[in-house]
Amino acid sequence: MRIFLHILAMSPALWLMWQGWLLYDFQDNMLTANPIKYIHHYTGEWAIRFILIGLAISPLRHIIKWPHIIKYRRMIGLYGFFYVMLHLVNFVALDYYFDWAIILKEIIKRPAITFGMAAAVLLLPLALTSTRGWIRRLGKNWRRLHRVIYVIAPLAVIHNFMMVKADILVPLIHLIILILLLGYRLAPKPGFSYTRA
Amino acid sequence: MLFKFLKSSDVKTREITSEKTYRGRRTFLQDSVKIGAAAASLAAFGGGLIGASPARAARVDGRKLENITRSGLYDTDERQTSYKAVTSYNNFYEFGTGKDDPARYAHRMKVRPWTVRVDGHVDHPGDYDLDDLIRPHALQERIYRMRCVEAWSMVIPWVGIPLSDIIKRLSPTAKAKYIRFETLVDKKQMPGQSRGTIKWPYTEGLRMDEAMNPLTLMAVGLYGETLPNQNGAPLRLVVPWKYGFKGIKSIVRISFVSKRPNNSWRQLAAHEYGFYANVNPAVDHPRWTQANERRIGEFRRRDTLMFNGYGDEVAHMYAGMNLKKYY
Repeated sequence: MRIFLHILAMSPALWLMWQGWLLYDFQDNMLTANPIKYIHHYTGEWAIRFILIGLAISPLRHIIKWPHIIKYRRMIGLYGFFYVMLHLVNFVALDYYFDWAIILKEIIKRPAITFGMAAAVLLLPLALTSTRGWIRRLGKNWRRLHRVIYVIAPLAVIHNFMMVKADILVPLIHLIILILLLGYRLAPKPGFSYTRA
Repeated sequence: MLFKFLKSSDVKTREITSEKTYRGRRTFLQDSVKIGAAAASLAAFGGGLIGASPARAARVDGRKLENITRSGLYDTDERQTSYKAVTSYNNFYEFGTGKDDPARYAHRMKVRPWTVRVDGHVDHPGDYDLDDLIRPHALQERIYRMRCVEAWSMVIPWVGIPLSDIIKRLSPTAKAKYIRFETLVDKKQMPGQSRGTIKWPYTEGLRMDEAMNPLTLMAVGLYGETLPNQNGAPLRLVVPWKYGFKGIKSIVRISFVSKRPNNSWRQLAAHEYGFYANVNPAVDHPRWTQANERRIGEFRRRDTLMFNGYGDEVAHMYAGMNLKKYY
């Protein structure tokens, strides 16, 4: 099951690498005439999808009554981080080619990019503390720290919303899913204790 | 004859030629990669962006236009963006908001016969068949830079007629201060119009002096062939010193009006998209910088030029205007 999930989670990145190879080899590919922008949208989309899937696991284990899926949550979260990093590397290395002056200016000046960058930075400590050692070391604080995801996810979705030009359909879908997932946590549910979530 | 259609057998010949060019360029790039270190290899990856493939790549849907004048007067000698990139990476929301949607769905649009309504303050209003509108004038090739408001750019060899020639023939009255254009509205042919991203019809406009500027072109073709549907067949506007969204596609109506038209993107977000939309590196889009751009087919961003490099021809029209206010 775990291997199957790894393959599933890696497949968007593998597909991207395959398309990148086709591009490099002057073959027809799906990356359009502006591959850097395409990669940007693609990795950003997958990052948000994984963050939302990660948030869905806790509600899902009650809804589909399958408590075991909680053990895959860390993996899902780390894949979210992985796609966020691809998104960032594309932004810094391919799009702006390490032009730090412009990159910094853009982060400060454009609220959409500020939000996106804030989400990425906040995700970093969560990814770093996802090892068993850190979970043990932080004890109760680990859970407290990882509640930051409730800030990261809205930041990411707002970032997505602010970046589109006219077609808000996709970020709207993300927003609705996010509201449902967060709303589920707030709704009173007799018979369950959510301190473990 | 203005629009001479070639036999389908002619297409094959072009495909073979382009294949040779394609192989040649590929070998060249492979060599350069072998020589290069890691950094050079990264740059070569950029060179491989499909826009960098040979300028005259395989063309299968075009039909050759005859008797094109090439004065070269306003042409740029920069490398032309590949036909494939020009015809596969388009903003034409009538067919969907994805960049590849127009190339995928625009074949549904019927571009012949095509009627253009001319109305407003003009001596010769009426419904003109496209050929009647175009035929009295000689076709010209114009190799222009095209700068999209999304900070990417291309170099495109358009074929068309100066808009001023058409305007002179239609003879607007003194009341005509602006010219307004509308795109076709037909949900059956244009699947993107089933969604309310933009208030249809797509509308654009120019001040009369902008419309009369010798750079302003009514294009019917590119790369010596009739416009592919995704590029705005059969008739589109090209205003090279303005952001690409001013270049309204598949025009069915030309109105001579006294008040400034409210163009579609300005209707949608007036704080982001203005009426003038002159390319201006000093005035950022609120959400991204306009100081630089990515030329399709190139890896590194390049600096954006004031008026997209056409200042000599157009700057005088905006003398004394606050371009930060009238963006």
